[in-house]
Amino acid sequence: MIRHLLSGADLDAATATRILDTAAEMATVAGREVKKLPALRGRTVVNLFYEDSTRTRISFEAAAKRLSADVINFSAKGSSVAKGESLKDTALTLQAMGADAVVVRHPASGAPHRLAEWVDGSVVNAGDGTHEHPTQALLDAYTMRSRLGRLAGLSVTVVGDVLHSRVARSNVLLLSTLGAKVTLVGPPTLIPVDWATRAAAANTSGGGAAQSPDITVCYDLDAVLPTSDVVMMLRVQRERMTDSYFPSAREYARRYGLDGQRMRRLPEHAIVMHPGPMNRGMEITPEVADSARSTIVEQVTNGVSVRMAVLYLLLGGNNA
Amino acid sequence: MTAYLIKGVSLLGAEPTDLLIRDGVVAETGADLAADGATVIDAAGLVALPGLVDLHTHLREPGREDAETVESGSRAAALGGYTAVCAMANTSPVADTAGVVEQVWRLGREAGLVDVQPIGAVTVGLAGERLAELGAMADSAARVRIFSDDGHCVADPRLMRRALEYVKAFDGVIAQHAEEPRLTEGAQMHEGAVSTRLGLTGWPAVAEEAIIARDVLLAEHVGSRLHVCHVSTAGSVEVLRQAKARGVRVTAEVTPHHLLLTDVRAETYDPVYKVNPPLRTDEDVTALRAALVDGVIDIVATDHAPHAVEDKECEWAYARPGMLGLETALSIALEVLGPRWDLIAERMSRTPARIAGLESHGLDPAPGVPANLTLVDPAARRVVEPGELASLSRNTPYAGMSLPGRVVATFLRGEPTVLDGKAVK
Amino acid sequence: MACPPAAESPPARQPSVKVILASADVQRVVDRIAHQILEKTQGAADTVLLGIPTRGAPLARRLAARISTFEDVAVPVGVLDITLYRDDLRRHATRAIGPTELPPGGIDGKRVILVDDVLFSGRTVRAALDALNDVGRPSSVQLAVLVDRGHRELPIRADYVGKNIPTSLAESVKVTLVETDGTDGVKLYGGTTS
Repeated sequence: MIRHLLSGADLDAATATRILDTAAEMATVAGREVKKLPALRGRTVVNLFYEDSTRTRISFEAAAKRLSADVINFSAKGSSVAKGESLKDTALTLQAMGADAVVVRHPASGAPHRLAEWVDGSVVNAGDGTHEHPTQALLDAYTMRSRLGRLAGLSVTVVGDVLHSRVARSNVLLLSTLGAKVTLVGPPTLIPVDWATRAAAANTSGGGAAQSPDITVCYDLDAVLPTSDVVMMLRVQRERMTDSYFPSAREYARRYGLDGQRMRRLPEHAIVMHPGPMNRGMEITPEVADSARSTIVEQVTNGVSVRMAVLYLLLGGNNA
Repeated sequence: MTAYLIKGVSLLGAEPTDLLIRDGVVAETGADLAADGATVIDAAGLVALPGLVDLHTHLREPGREDAETVESGSRAAALGGYTAVCAMANTSPVADTAGVVEQVWRLGREAGLVDVQPIGAVTVGLAGERLAELGAMADSAARVRIFSDDGHCVADPRLMRRALEYVKAFDGVIAQHAEEPRLTEGAQMHEGAVSTRLGLTGWPAVAEEAIIARDVLLAEHVGSRLHVCHVSTAGSVEVLRQAKARGVRVTAEVTPHHLLLTDVRAETYDPVYKVNPPLRTDEDVTALRAALVDGVIDIVATDHAPHAVEDKECEWAYARPGMLGLETALSIALEVLGPRWDLIAERMSRTPARIAGLESHGLDPAPGVPANLTLVDPAARRVVEPGELASLSRNTPYAGMSLPGRVVATFLRGEPTVLDGKAVK
Repeated sequence: MACPPAAESPPARQPSVKVILASADVQRVVDRIAHQILEKTQGAADTVLLGIPTRGAPLARRLAARISTFEDVAVPVGVLDITLYRDDLRRHATRAIGPTELPPGGIDGKRVILVDDVLFSGRTVRAALDALNDVGRPSSVQLAVLVDRGHRELPIRADYVGKNIPTSLAESVKVTLVETDGTDGVKLYGGTTS
């Protein structure tokens, strides 16, 4: 069993599937009168958030509390961190408080890896810089599986600012592990050069790219819609415009935004996902976001179940 | 002044001989020399090299004496087999005036462990806006000949042109930190497969290559000397190869870490592997090694960059870039080049001394030559232990690695700075 | 659950295996429990059988089938996974959790009969009572087990016992069922025949 969850790459197919199966059981708790399980009684989970992310923090908090863990919320703002305390000193403090797990959100890629070296407890990456957000990928996979019944063989199209997206990185890793085919779509400026060139090389040499994950890159959204089972729209920050990643929000929306017209090109069964928070009118129109294909609200609900499963698997036994 | 008789030493790998040092110079070489009151050093199995010269050292004084001082850095240098180091200008205050360079030069003299030759800043405050008083630094007691904004690129092409031209008046050279700043904003590591996976902003090879290409053209145009710091990519090697073939007066250095380590080291997110320019790929390492052998790259320079613990024991993005190098450089050269002593002397002593204009350094031990030399045990191996380094800092990327060779003794103008592998003072 | 800790350490000398119930015996014992339930619950009205995984679940289904055969009443059957309520979670690697399936009518106001294969320390039943508490409010709770081997560590007793087996702590009782193991039977392992 894994000790930390830092990256989608930490999960092999068996472990990932076990998390999804466990999450399915955890989901039944939400329908009960007593939405609580005693599994993590006496365990302490610290939410260490260096970035404001109310939705992710609340999701982890609900997950930990439903498993009866004690939850300590440690927000960097207005704390010792704001006074200049280093990550290592914070880690030693959490260690001294007996944290069994630290759920960390941090603007610097790799901060959870550093933390894992300094604390004895389990570290769960709740989003680090432009690196990864593995529980988001798990909840996305869970949502796909519950809507479409499977993951193996699904065509998943991830659209937008892949370059800066931790959601995209974790999804690419996890979905490849679980047998889905991932296509990345976006302006070439927002696709990592390495992935773009590797995908291009794989195309010309008839597949068999040197390294996993196995991905396809396409710059034309309309071309991939008819064969997509899942379209995952990534949030695009308007600031990218000032850095010349694309000329204007209008042009971005026209080329890579998902509107009703484009949505109707999808197969009947296809679903539309978004990790939130959305920029309505930028990468997704309200018509799409509020349509029956949209899983955006389910993703939030599933987030709690998946995080319960992760916390249980990390802390439920003596493996921590 | 004590005389020393070094017995049975191999000069650059040749048959063993004796070496008598007296009055700061090599007095005599040959078999079975008489001790004649000199202290005898048994050097059987050791190799004598001209004292190493580092063209690229950060000594941190003034400003960050918690990370390194001129004295501690000098000691580290001596232990690494060096007899001269060129101290980079990015101190606090910046070495952009005659006053600061003279202070560093004087601190080096006082420490007396290596010759500390200050490098002057090209622009005021390393800001890249206007020229520092290059002439005043050249005329100062420190007699500055190398100018560099290292840590920052002289990115403005007009300013770079002017600097290249201006230093011709006193045979100076501009040492460029080649990094197009607009292409490396927020950059954390080499842009490639690993940076994509790790989600760290990429530092593309082209950001270095574009500046080197521009600068060799500028140097060619104005007929000036150019030195390129820490070349790190295969593409840069090709640009330099072409420039040298055309006769451009360009020299280039490579660091030990770029000869040995690659970007996969970043996978742990341990900032001890964060450096600027960043660790590159296997292909780059292979090209750099070949270029060092064939002479497209002229020298090995350490880019010794001490950093306090708190500047490295943190998140990768917040850590300062740089690695220790002085105490491990010779071992890494041996690892990479093998016991090619003449090549090592050329790349680590003679050529850097010539580029820096240090006339009493970089000379093979021979009668009448200043006794700046180092004795190396090529058979020894050692495991790098950060706590045992003489540097005040601990940011060596080689911790735990087993490296060949050990510096047994170093002499500066006939006086030992290192004996039995230990600093004399 | 069927395997008390003793099963994990094989006996040192001459391990003995003793058949307590053969295949046909198991069916007879199940029938008897079914009759007892009918008798004691006045025809199994308002009764729900909840099996505790692993072997309690098929046992509960068998009991329901037999009750239906004897009296033509359909007793709702469900499964109650107690993994997350165990008091020894931290002594083992993380355990996989199984499904909890309550019958469509739920358990509120019903007489719930928990079904398990072996009653030993009572800790499994304690966990089941806790789990039950979180999924509903039965009017009463009873316990049916195929085998009671004694050595209770908690104040718990069974309402229906298929067979009492006096055991020593060094011995282990293993129940097999066709549904989970391919054959029906109860065997006693360990102890030494010296």
